[in-house]
Amino acid sequence: MSLTATGIRAGYRGHSVLDDVSLSIGAGETVGLRGPSGSGKSTLVRVLALLHTPDAGHVSLDGDRIDGARHRVPADVRTRIAVLFQSPRAAADPRLSLADLIAEPLRALRRPREHVAGRVAELADRAGLTADLLTRRPHAVSDGQLQRACLARSLAHEPRYLLCDEATTMLDASTQALVATVITEQQQRTGMGVLLVSHDPALLARRADRTEDLPTPPASVR
Amino acid sequence: MADLALARPRRRTLRLRSGHVGTTLAALVLAGAVLAGLAAPLLWPLDQSAIALDNIAQPPSLAHPGGTDDLGRDGLHRSLYGLRVSLLVGLVAAVVATVIGGLVGGIAGLLGGWPDRLLMRVVDTISALPHLLLGIFIVAMLRPSLGAVILSIALTHWLSTARIVRSELLSLRTRPFIDAAIAGGASRARILRRHLLPHILPKIALATTLMIPHAVWHETSLSFLGLGLPPHLASLGNMINDGQRSLLTGAWWASIVPGAVIVMVTLAIAALAARWRDRLDPRVRAELNL
Repeated sequence: MSLTATGIRAGYRGHSVLDDVSLSIGAGETVGLRGPSGSGKSTLVRVLALLHTPDAGHVSLDGDRIDGARHRVPADVRTRIAVLFQSPRAAADPRLSLADLIAEPLRALRRPREHVAGRVAELADRAGLTADLLTRRPHAVSDGQLQRACLARSLAHEPRYLLCDEATTMLDASTQALVATVITEQQQRTGMGVLLVSHDPALLARRADRTEDLPTPPASVR
Repeated sequence: MADLALARPRRRTLRLRSGHVGTTLAALVLAGAVLAGLAAPLLWPLDQSAIALDNIAQPPSLAHPGGTDDLGRDGLHRSLYGLRVSLLVGLVAAVVATVIGGLVGGIAGLLGGWPDRLLMRVVDTISALPHLLLGIFIVAMLRPSLGAVILSIALTHWLSTARIVRSELLSLRTRPFIDAAIAGGASRARILRRHLLPHILPKIALATTLMIPHAVWHETSLSFLGLGLPPHLASLGNMINDGQRSLLTGAWWASIVPGAVIVMVTLAIAALAARWRDRLDPRVRAELNL
């Protein structure tokens, strides 16, 4: 059981960012990923999250090869992989309250109203979000509070894999600790595999079971 | 430091007050025009083909506040009916243009790739043509009527809406919150309904509102050139055109009254739309403390 990228070459409009990159995240495992700026860490996360189609190579989810990305992949497959983005501001629809933000993935799959309400309350509680915060919109909360709501949202479907793209970089130490605790609890409870993308060697040494390095692509590829 | 801190709020209060006065005035003018236009057929019916040869070219008076034209018709009375036509044409043409522009921009922005390139080249090509000339060509192909004028305006004014919708969609599509929604299992329809449309609808509505005064002027221009409504029907463009003849005999009111009506109403709509635009822009909203 693993989320695996094999021989990935990917980029944007003919500009390659990744060339022949492979990575595997096992169930219950925490894999660290580090690399210099521009090395394609976020692109690899997008490929693994089935949000970006690679130019070559493929992604396998629990042994099944996945072709295509975004809406070409069925919703029940997409929801097995969750992403926690670096900037909670960019990753949150500014029109939605924090409660709606957390409920959105559940409503997207037409879960019953009572189930959604119960699940939002449970996820918000785990992320340390009070009832007062849940009624606020993103502009009325701090980055840390918003990232906790994004974390709650990413766990809504009990994903098998969580990809954290420098998700705690811009947070204060206490929020970093809370996010890490929630992820660890989820991992222990469900056996979720985690990819931690970070520039921080201390964080990776502390939290990752193993760390992979993404080299700077050669000039010809860049 | 203390002096500076005291001086700034005063200036801001003054700006805010003057903005409110302008907005209130514009809202009153527009509300008055719309109410008068709606109530006119009930309270002050007009026989479009009636003339009064014993009342020709009378200057403004209590009996005829807008004077009479060279056929003895009341200038203010006909201006009111002309305004009804202008507002109706402006509103319907702006809505039709928005629907066309929204569909073209929506398809281009959502699909991207070759449909986007193809549609945007069509938009560029039509933009390169003078739109009044194109409007005249379209209306000349049809019989002069209200429908022909609306079609002519709508078919030449959808381009800006298409560009706005397309650029907004292209920008929104790549935002991480859309990625998060896709990863969360949202379908294409849900993303459009829940995340894309709510973001672009206020901008589309604003573009439509800003288009109304432009469409009103376009209708007036076509009528002025004799390509709008039939000459006997009251239209602001027809009246300004008819009034030209009277200018030579000193009857200035025949053109000035319908001209003043269109200037006041279109300025009021433009002012309200500009205020709305300011409210939608967070930076301007913060500056004006709205």
